[in-house]
Amino acid sequence: MASGRHTLKKWGAKGGHFGVLAAFTTFAAFPFYWMLITTFKETRDLLNTKNNPFLFNDPPTLEHLRLLFQGTLYGQWLWNTVWVGVIVVGITLLLAMPAGYALARLTGRTGEQLGIAIFLTYLVPPTILFIPLSRVIGDLGLQDSLWSLVLVYPSFTVPFCTWLLMGFFKAIPPDLEEAAMIDGLSRFGAFVKIVIPMSVAGVLTVVIFSFTLVMQEFVYALTFITAASNFTVSVGVPTFLVRGDVYFWGSLMAGCFIASVPIAIVYNFFVDRFIAGFTVGAVK
Amino acid sequence: MEAPATAVTVPAQARASRLGHLLDSEKWLGWLMISPAILFIVALVGFPFFLAIFYSVSDITVGSTSMSFVGLENFKHVVQDHVFQRALKNTFIFAIVSNVIVLVLAKVLALALLKDFRGKWFVRLLILLPWVAPISLGSIGWLWILDSIYSIINWSLRAVGIFGPHTWPIWLGQPDLAMVSIITVHAWRLLPLATVILLAGLTAIPQDIHDAAAVDGAGFWRHLFQITIPLVLPIMIVAVLFGMVFTFTDMIVIYVLTRGGPFHTTEVLASLAFFTGIDGGNLAEGAAIALFLFPVLAASAIVLLRVAKRTEVA
Repeated sequence: MASGRHTLKKWGAKGGHFGVLAAFTTFAAFPFYWMLITTFKETRDLLNTKNNPFLFNDPPTLEHLRLLFQGTLYGQWLWNTVWVGVIVVGITLLLAMPAGYALARLTGRTGEQLGIAIFLTYLVPPTILFIPLSRVIGDLGLQDSLWSLVLVYPSFTVPFCTWLLMGFFKAIPPDLEEAAMIDGLSRFGAFVKIVIPMSVAGVLTVVIFSFTLVMQEFVYALTFITAASNFTVSVGVPTFLVRGDVYFWGSLMAGCFIASVPIAIVYNFFVDRFIAGFTVGAVK
Repeated sequence: MEAPATAVTVPAQARASRLGHLLDSEKWLGWLMISPAILFIVALVGFPFFLAIFYSVSDITVGSTSMSFVGLENFKHVVQDHVFQRALKNTFIFAIVSNVIVLVLAKVLALALLKDFRGKWFVRLLILLPWVAPISLGSIGWLWILDSIYSIINWSLRAVGIFGPHTWPIWLGQPDLAMVSIITVHAWRLLPLATVILLAGLTAIPQDIHDAAAVDGAGFWRHLFQITIPLVLPIMIVAVLFGMVFTFTDMIVIYVLTRGGPFHTTEVLASLAFFTGIDGGNLAEGAAIALFLFPVLAASAIVLLRVAKRTEVA
């Protein structure tokens, strides 16, 4: 009797656990599932309110994908995003790796304070800076050029990445560099030849993180760029494809899905490291 | 011979002085390595920030070639505008309500994810999606879900009989429903971040503490409120602060879903600054509006520092 009740309680807890997870997963992922379904449905199926929207009332179609890649600038926007992303990642590594190393090993107590100050600049949002920057970009003659994004994006990737890399470099035992320096390498040589190769995981984290931030950025691109062919994906789809009264929902959803899900899968592998950075040592 | 070269070639005489020299040069190297990053941040965060303050007390517009000092005129004008007042109120409502919701939901979800089960990585991937996907694109997904004619929510609720034949809410077109929609999308977007941060905090609690509490006979709620929550409190504060900063300064969700409408009822400071400063060309007033975000950000930064410092000492 007692054991029967125990089993019942156990199954109840299991069912509750499953229910909670199912509810949350549905809430989080449903919009993406809906994008995917919409991508392959005929327009007349989408726009017939009598049809059950959960079913394919007409056979699946690739027409929306064809329209997206052949009839719009979507491919160009993807390319622009990757182009800006790669250069920004490069600049970020070039600035943040030495800075992170200096904070971890060389600058001592003052450096620690400086590190926190750098981290805090991550909290200054584009929505405060975009108005003066729009004017600065204009004065530099970079209006409507992808170079404006290349210039400005590192301002939010560098602070956080410096902070992340500092954590990674601190975790490497200093003995190794000291041994290499006794063998004749300079401090900087030890950093380049010993420390960086040992921090591949950290560097990869920074690469993924910066690239994701570039893909997500919206405010600066919306402010600086006006020509449709110079948009990045995150701005091109919501401004150029959402225009007028007729929405091409199939192509629109395809565009959103393609730019969202692949990067999320990669990001998932690195998420624990970002969290370690976010929590600023609030967790040991 | 210049000084640095001699420093290297001097043979080891007094160990102490050489060590001191080495430490000294290392410090220089350190500053040299960090200065490009700092210069960059000063030029592209510090400088525009002061420029924003400067603009806010001037009469600059997009096309103007000269500008003059107008004191607090912009702020005075802005504060009296009822659209601004509405935006200020909305900014706080959106940030606070969505973060309270996120905190409660994230706590529940993090506790559920703490257990091991098959396919956990896949569940985690799905739950992370709203955070990693560009929010401008995620919001378009919601634009379709909340569409005035084809809303899947309305269709489903009518199909199961919750909505009668005459109930068909226009989610983004009615002021109160539009606010509910915006808050929902913010909560949807922030939930993953808060959950993984809390999860990190929960995992860091040593199992001994849970065991000891179980031995002492603590029930689920007592355990939750007297052990788990106090122990993850610092990290909960971090999660809430980031959530607050992200919602407080965001204009993307508003821009995509409602453009601040209907009738400015979902306008927030960031979107108003954009429409005034960029679309309207009034840089000075836009900068003044955006600067109202700053006090809250500064406060968040201070709290964050305190949390960091306290845990460092502990």
